Amino acid sequence: MTYLDHAATTPMIPEAVAAMTEQLARVGNASSLHASGRGARRTAEQSRERLAEALGARPSEVLFTGGGTESDNLAVKGLFWARRDADPRRTRIVVSPAEHHAVLDSVEWLVEHDGAEVTWLDVSPTGEVTTQALAEALGDGTDVAVASVMWANNEIGAVSDLASLAVVAHAVGVPLHTDAVQAVGQVPVDFAASGVDALTMTGHKLGGPMGAGLLVLRRDAECTPLLHGGGQERDVRSGTLDVAAIVGLAVATTRAVADRVERTARVAALRDRLVAGVVARVPDVQLNGPALDAVVAGGPGRLPGNAHLSFPGAEGDALLMLLDAKGIECSTGSACSAGVARPSHVLLATGAEPDRARSSLRFSLGHTSTEADVDAVLDVVGPVVERARRAGLGRRSA
Amino acid sequence: MRLIAAMSGGVDSAVAAALAVEAGHDVTGVHLALSQHRQQLRSGSRGCCSVEDADDARRVADELGIPFYVWDMADRFAEDVVDDFVAEYAAGRTPNPCLRCNEKIKFAAVLDRAQALGFDAVVTGHHARLVDGELRRSVDAAKDQSYVLGVLTRRQLAGALFPLGEMTKERVREIAAERGYAVATKPDSHDICFIPDGDTRGFLDRRLGAAPGPVVDAATGATVGEHQGTHGFTIGQRKGLGVTVGDQRPRYVLGIEPVSRTVTIGTADQAGVDEVLTGTPSWTGPVPELPFPAVVQLRAHGASVPCTVSAREGAAGLRIELHDQQRGVAPGQSAVLYAPDAERGDRVLGQAAVSLAGSRAVAG
Repeated sequence: MTYLDHAATTPMIPEAVAAMTEQLARVGNASSLHASGRGARRTAEQSRERLAEALGARPSEVLFTGGGTESDNLAVKGLFWARRDADPRRTRIVVSPAEHHAVLDSVEWLVEHDGAEVTWLDVSPTGEVTTQALAEALGDGTDVAVASVMWANNEIGAVSDLASLAVVAHAVGVPLHTDAVQAVGQVPVDFAASGVDALTMTGHKLGGPMGAGLLVLRRDAECTPLLHGGGQERDVRSGTLDVAAIVGLAVATTRAVADRVERTARVAALRDRLVAGVVARVPDVQLNGPALDAVVAGGPGRLPGNAHLSFPGAEGDALLMLLDAKGIECSTGSACSAGVARPSHVLLATGAEPDRARSSLRFSLGHTSTEADVDAVLDVVGPVVERARRAGLGRRSA
Repeated sequence: MRLIAAMSGGVDSAVAAALAVEAGHDVTGVHLALSQHRQQLRSGSRGCCSVEDADDARRVADELGIPFYVWDMADRFAEDVVDDFVAEYAAGRTPNPCLRCNEKIKFAAVLDRAQALGFDAVVTGHHARLVDGELRRSVDAAKDQSYVLGVLTRRQLAGALFPLGEMTKERVREIAAERGYAVATKPDSHDICFIPDGDTRGFLDRRLGAAPGPVVDAATGATVGEHQGTHGFTIGQRKGLGVTVGDQRPRYVLGIEPVSRTVTIGTADQAGVDEVLTGTPSWTGPVPELPFPAVVQLRAHGASVPCTVSAREGAAGLRIELHDQQRGVAPGQSAVLYAPDAERGDRVLGQAAVSLAGSRAVAG
């Protein structure tokens, strides 16, 4: 099997599996007052401190959640509610249309059910949000509750300069949230240095478990909770701590941040060979997103494992199916809950034509990727694209 | 063979896919997304296009260990089936959308795509027999779907597999239960899948708008009422006419004239027809030599009627003489022609859309 869908989820690292397995065998609710509870709490708090250090945050800023979707919902809705409650003029949300659906659908929910208005940010043709676009959308900021811009895009790999964007947002007094689910462990992410007010991350994209994530939230950021109950996590996120998952999350994150430079250099070299090889076999292929060697704020301008390609005349879902049959696993980007492949909303947000969006495929490489994985794709990509194009020709445009 | 199993999420297509896998074929499951606005949950026994139906199909495919994908055919379906359905009603005819879907979607768009992607054929859960290229009625007369497959050509049938034709619906459910599929007890779908509330007239009202016109009594020529749109009627319809004529005898729709928006009604003895004129026919195999004797079915679940098929004078269609008078022969429906065969099942010869139906006695 050639697994090239690491942006969907990546294998857990053995150290995280071992640490979690050990913790799963222990009893103890971190909120209990007796010795077992204290033991669980100590383990959770050690993990919180390790995570804070890896992410450039203070331990009190690290809030455990059930994953990226929950953190995005909590940040967008919680910051919106708290800011509007403080000043009812703040009803506007400024957000990029290339965000993950966890952000987009939270915003749309607030628009439909809670009187929010949305201003969509301009996205560059390669997928970044510029300081100029943010400044224009914010205006004088008096009516803006919250802004949200993802650190690195899950589909086309574009990295935005969050530190510069945070300066722009703060200049007009608006808090900035960033979805950094794809960024942590791939590009340098320092919460304090970036200046952002809230940051989403999750475990299973970097070698940790599913169902464990963080909202890193500045101490001075007011955030109305979604979940009410035992008052855990600064009263912002109630619920018994999943200590085993937290341990796995901490082990994986620490490792991913520590070996980032060496690992991403290797992964980027594989990715570059993959793209060059596909171009050699399918000369009219189009690379979506930033250039492979793009630079943003002194670091990579594109996620090192991301190759997002459009194959004119072929449909992404036909390509995926043919590659799947050959044991190569990749992604078309967005699929709705019923599994219908949709033209990527990210590519559409960059101004790409719907046909280009529909003909796209994402290969995402990760820590277990090898030269053999790249060879496997290059061995079959020519005939696969040719066949998908034959199937695509019969398609009648609607 | 490399097969695409079209999986609606119902029990028939689940068992068809399972039988194809067990017969040793290399099977890939495909669920067709036919609606732009999919409901999350199925409503009653109508339709097959909710997310829940897609999940039911996926559940079986995963159990079979076969790849499964959703193909978005919503645009094609809207154009070739739904728009056609509305246009046919607007023209005073009564279409059969399932037949159109088989003709244009399942055994055209899907089959073409499957073959372009390297598959040999499409396997479905239709109740019909297909052996050596010959399409025949299912052994389960009550569930037989050969009528809605009658429009397929020899080339289309060469790319189709119907593994359920030799078994009853009851047996299909048993097979599903034996394999532990939750869909074993799922209700049969009926009605029109893109009208989930079952209110065809309401659907057409929304698409076509109100267009009132007169209801005329065929015997007297008198206007006996008003209707809100000819699309609410079909030839042979008895219920819901919204008028009562003096003698209280049942009245049937005899004619629909969309330009003057006139609906003509009459009594049972006026409603019988024994001559059907059609449009250009399609054949499932070799083109038969005219004239020939056959039996004809004039609507889904309709009776089989002995007939003689000959060339229609002055047009490319057929003239079908019915040996017994029939009521409710509606333009737009297919006249599906069969060669009777009690042993192996009546064989489908072909079909043609009804354009006119009348009485030889009157016409002559």
